[in-house]
Amino acid sequence: MSVFTTVLARDLRLAIRQSADSLTVVAFFAIATVLFPFGVGPEANILARIAGGVLWVTALLAALLSLDRLFAVDFEDGTLDQLVLSGVSLPMVVLAKVSAHWLTTGVPLIVISPVLALTLHLPMEGYLPLLLALLVGTPTVSLIGAVGAALVLGTRRGGVLLSFLVLPLYIPILIFGTAAVEAATTGMGFTPMLSVLGGLMILALTLSAWATAAAIRQAVE
Amino acid sequence: MPCTPGKNLKEINSTTWILLCYGPPMVGENFTAQEFSGSGLACRRGGRLVFEGLQFAVPRGGALVLRGANGSGKTTLLRLMAGLTPAAAGQLAWNGAPVEDAEQHAASLRFISHLDAIKPALTVTENLNFWAALWGGGQIPHALQMLGLGHLAAYPARLLSAGQRHRLALARLLVAPAPLWLLDEPGNALDDSSLAALTQAIADHRARGGMVIVASHGAAFVSDGNTLDLGTFAPTNTAHWSDT
Amino acid sequence: MGASVGQGWNFDVHRFANPTQFMRIANAIFPWAAGLSALLFVVGLPIALVTSPADYQQGETVRIFYLHAPAAYMCMMVYGIMAVGSAAYLIWRHPMANLVARASAPLGAIFTALCLICGMLWGQPMWGTFWVWDARLTSTLILFFLYLGYIALGDAFEDPERGDKAAAILALVGSVNLPIIKFSVDWWNTLHQPSIMSKKGFSVDAGMLLPLFLMLGAFITFYIAVLILRLRSELLAAKIRNARLSQVAVNHAPQAAE
Repeated sequence: MSVFTTVLARDLRLAIRQSADSLTVVAFFAIATVLFPFGVGPEANILARIAGGVLWVTALLAALLSLDRLFAVDFEDGTLDQLVLSGVSLPMVVLAKVSAHWLTTGVPLIVISPVLALTLHLPMEGYLPLLLALLVGTPTVSLIGAVGAALVLGTRRGGVLLSFLVLPLYIPILIFGTAAVEAATTGMGFTPMLSVLGGLMILALTLSAWATAAAIRQAVE
Repeated sequence: MPCTPGKNLKEINSTTWILLCYGPPMVGENFTAQEFSGSGLACRRGGRLVFEGLQFAVPRGGALVLRGANGSGKTTLLRLMAGLTPAAAGQLAWNGAPVEDAEQHAASLRFISHLDAIKPALTVTENLNFWAALWGGGQIPHALQMLGLGHLAAYPARLLSAGQRHRLALARLLVAPAPLWLLDEPGNALDDSSLAALTQAIADHRARGGMVIVASHGAAFVSDGNTLDLGTFAPTNTAHWSDT
Repeated sequence: MGASVGQGWNFDVHRFANPTQFMRIANAIFPWAAGLSALLFVVGLPIALVTSPADYQQGETVRIFYLHAPAAYMCMMVYGIMAVGSAAYLIWRHPMANLVARASAPLGAIFTALCLICGMLWGQPMWGTFWVWDARLTSTLILFFLYLGYIALGDAFEDPERGDKAAAILALVGSVNLPIIKFSVDWWNTLHQPSIMSKKGFSVDAGMLLPLFLMLGAFITFYIAVLILRLRSELLAAKIRNARLSQVAVNHAPQAAE
């Protein structure tokens, strides 16, 4: 087996054995979304207007919650030391771990998002762009988050610091992800936004693994 | 787990492979590296210079025991030898040639630290399988048997006692061969029979031409090893820059 | 690994390699930068705030521009310096480059804050509200968060060297992301902003250039002077740490000759 599949298989197996972790993230996504009608009132037209943005913001926050542990557990129990010492390509290990993270948190978020969109009265034509934008955007969320998660290894208040570092970098994803939904609900094409999100994903794919690997190397020094 | 050739065992025929995988005790001249050494090594941790001007050399089949008071840098030196911590000065060398490729260096060593890198949610075998797959090894039943964990192979690692966990960490040494073992206090939490197994594993490894560097202030697992006292290399702290 | 680094300074001082030569140059520059900065402020401020012509549309409020624009320029320039310093540190392991980046960050954050405050004060008479999600203001606000994140990460570690490296990587990641964020925010702004708000007829005419350049010069020289002061104090702080650590080390290893 290649390095990628070995690490991916292990992380997936761990995630399945500890599936409560993934479920907690999905539960957070649901609860945080449900808070909004209480905050802005239950009028269907207001909720429909903000549905895309609300789902994107809460999805970003939910992903951040889980990113905190992406490398921290392996760092604390010495697995990262051993991985760095395995003589395998560290960026490949990072890509495998990020893929596992996306499969175990990004995908469940995408799956549950239409149900939450229902409660926010998202117009019918908004569902497809929402799902597609999440599908293309959430891998970038995991990739950028991985850099932050590796940078805060060994700090005193990793989780809060991580949000602080990573959330500003999520703004482009949020802008184009929400714009895709909005374009569709106002009768315009949403493919340009998806293309931009795809471009962001490719850029993150090429750069993030190297930056994360560099951050891990300095963390295990 | 299929048995695949490790990086240092490229020229071994299939019969030997079967022996290596399933047939303890392992014999044969497996490791070819003649010497692992370091010269002029200095290291800083947390802004403090821990040691400087440190020299060492371990010949083929040799052993080195690191001794020194708390804070003298035994763990730091092991992490430096592993290539995790960069040296502030000096260099490591294989057969006299300086280490340049960090990945290749990492592939020729096994490092046992006080962090056991064990996932409680995986079974004992699954824990070892992961490293075997990464390192290209496959001697898991043998490794578990050597350390008296054979009967626990299918249990989740979270059920293991502290001593059993530590033995599982040590089992990584035997999963896939590598010429250099770096062991940080390997005797901690081990009972007498496990200590005997460890002593035996180290002796076997050395008999095959492997090298062992061990930090320990307790029991001796290594016979006739050289001793390196880190107190000798404590910094003298005289240099200051001139006022600007 | 293991490339031989010259034996020189013990302890923490290693972080800065040999700072003597760098500081010799910096100290020679300091009086010139500080003096020039003071001179430019003394000459530039009265011109900018009193004698320069008022704008025919905005009246006296246009004078905020003479603080706002140089601050806006500085917050971009300082982030650029941080990115270059961080890259030099990560690639060539030049410790002084990183020290410059670390010492610049709070200055950059202050310039960014100044730019934001001026922008808000200017916004009140111009737009009738203190905050508008104008593309430039929004980007500057995000830049402010990036500065704060860099400072927070650099200070979050027990080991100062780890803070150095983590912050340097973050600065590079941030510099790659900044143009993307800027582009996204501009695009978002044109999508949502009614056009009257984003571009209210304002062009810099010739009479404004002199005070603008005087103030910009004053800001740049001010930055250089304060940066040198910060480098000095950082090196002195390292010396103090060095002295303390050596005492700890002596306690740890009594056989070490003092």
